[in-house]
Amino acid sequence: MQKETVMEKPSMALVPSSRGFAKTIGMVFFYAILIVLALFQILPLVWLLFFSLKNNQEVFNTPLLSLPSPPRWENYVKVWVEGNIGQYFFNSVWITTVSVVLTVLLASFATFAITRMNWKWKHVVLGLFMVGLMIPIHSTLIPLFSFFMKMNLIDHPLSIVLTNIGFNLPITIMILLGFYQSFPRELEESAVMDGCSVHRMFFRIILPMTAPVIVTTTIINMIYNWNEFVFVNTFISSDEFKTLTVGIQNFIGQYTTDWGAIGATLMISVLPILIVFFFLSDKIMEGITAGAIKG
Amino acid sequence: MNKMMSDKKVIALYVLPPLLLLMILVYIPIVMTGYYSLMKWDGIGSMQFIALDNYKQLLQDNMFWKSTYHSFLLALFSVISLAGYLVIALVLAGKIKGANLLRKIYLIPMLLSSVAIAQLWLRIYHPSNGMLNKFLMSLGVDDPPNWLADPKIALYAIFVPIIWQYAGFYILIYYAALKNIPSSIIEAAVIDGANPWQIAYKIKLPLIAGVIKVTIVLAVVGSLKYFDLIYVMTGGGPNGASEVIASYMYQKAFRSFNFGYGSTIAFSLLLICMLMTWLIRKLTNSKEEIQY
Repeated sequence: MQKETVMEKPSMALVPSSRGFAKTIGMVFFYAILIVLALFQILPLVWLLFFSLKNNQEVFNTPLLSLPSPPRWENYVKVWVEGNIGQYFFNSVWITTVSVVLTVLLASFATFAITRMNWKWKHVVLGLFMVGLMIPIHSTLIPLFSFFMKMNLIDHPLSIVLTNIGFNLPITIMILLGFYQSFPRELEESAVMDGCSVHRMFFRIILPMTAPVIVTTTIINMIYNWNEFVFVNTFISSDEFKTLTVGIQNFIGQYTTDWGAIGATLMISVLPILIVFFFLSDKIMEGITAGAIKG
Repeated sequence: MNKMMSDKKVIALYVLPPLLLLMILVYIPIVMTGYYSLMKWDGIGSMQFIALDNYKQLLQDNMFWKSTYHSFLLALFSVISLAGYLVIALVLAGKIKGANLLRKIYLIPMLLSSVAIAQLWLRIYHPSNGMLNKFLMSLGVDDPPNWLADPKIALYAIFVPIIWQYAGFYILIYYAALKNIPSSIIEAAVIDGANPWQIAYKIKLPLIAGVIKVTIVLAVVGSLKYFDLIYVMTGGGPNGASEVIASYMYQKAFRSFNFGYGSTIAFSLLLICMLMTWLIRKLTNSKEEIQY
């Protein structure tokens, strides 16, 4: 019908095409903004990758963003061997693993009891967890320091595992909540009819069913724990227990003039997260969106 | 069934371990911070009760007000940048090729540790060999600033990587919210002859008003309690030029070992965050929630 109108009045044909032209200009403009932002976000990291493979001479004298030739992989070998990077890396891996497993398990316990069981105070308890999302960690730092001091946990990795769990329980419960609320009550009813105990039901039926959201919360927790800075920086003083995030801070302090070594150290510290992101970006984005309340 | 699912022992077994951790690590410390804020205490020796003396000192402490001003300035910049993220998300959520790849690229900085970001940006701002000044010099700028050493610009120079860190996060949230709008609503508007601007301004934005509200709270509270990059990059310097509330608290407590006064700053930070959350909710709550 529209075609007919246009054909009857040829002069009108100009209107849609000029509108199309304006639209194209608009699209080019918006695309330009999107791409400039993408460059702003990614170029610093490209530059980091390049200078991690150069020596000082090359960093100072070659143009910005010139490819390292030849790439000096020895920078990576050097910091791994000379620095304590291997030790820091190992600490980050085990502290993150233990914290993530315990956080997700405890959060699943709490979410199960809050959404599937019947008791008087469940809304109050849920409220406590949700308000916990808004608490600035700096408002807890001094008492935590003096508490860990009394418990002989200063410079002990348990202080980090505990705070990792405590401060990530709220966000984890929040992500789990929607999933737990979505499955039907009949599920438990049939399990009970089959003579299942609550524990059996939780571990054999509920927990396996929540596998997709457990993956999401695990990845989100992994990123937060891997990157945790303030607690490790405040509670841990010896190299033996430092995580990569805080360890590289000291290490870089000693190498302030060796750009290649600094670049290589930074690359080693961010690579695990980038690799996980490359393979699991959709899960990560899902988790971040679900947990939008944590700033 | 009901009897089994309301067994108090079982419930306690499931709820108490996570709840106790939350109480011991988050809520009790909050109360203790309030208590310590009334004390003169170096963290090791004995405490001395001095009532509100720390708060009186705080009111006259120029450095505290300066750092509070800096924190609010960061909050202001963060909220203003939200408008930009909203525009980008609107474009991205239209039928754009490569939208998925772009929002992944935007998100990458948020996944990196603060220390890595801080160390990277210390290099970017390096006066002679940094990415920024090398770029400026290649454009013919003879004497580019020493970004982090100049008290007039250090604070703003640190805002840039903070924005860099969180841009992708807010774009992602807006994008997800916009994608959640049922397409039937947009189609109906198109049939009624609405143009893209009208659709964005009159239909899409009101529909995601709830999410925008949440992001404003997040941006403001997140800015007010911000610490990491400032601590690593300038430590609040030069001469307090980039000090914020959290970094000032950290310095008083863990550098000067003034735990009592540090607690006063920490408790004030909590009150400021709660007050701002309440205020934003109240200011934005007048409009009715739109259902669809």
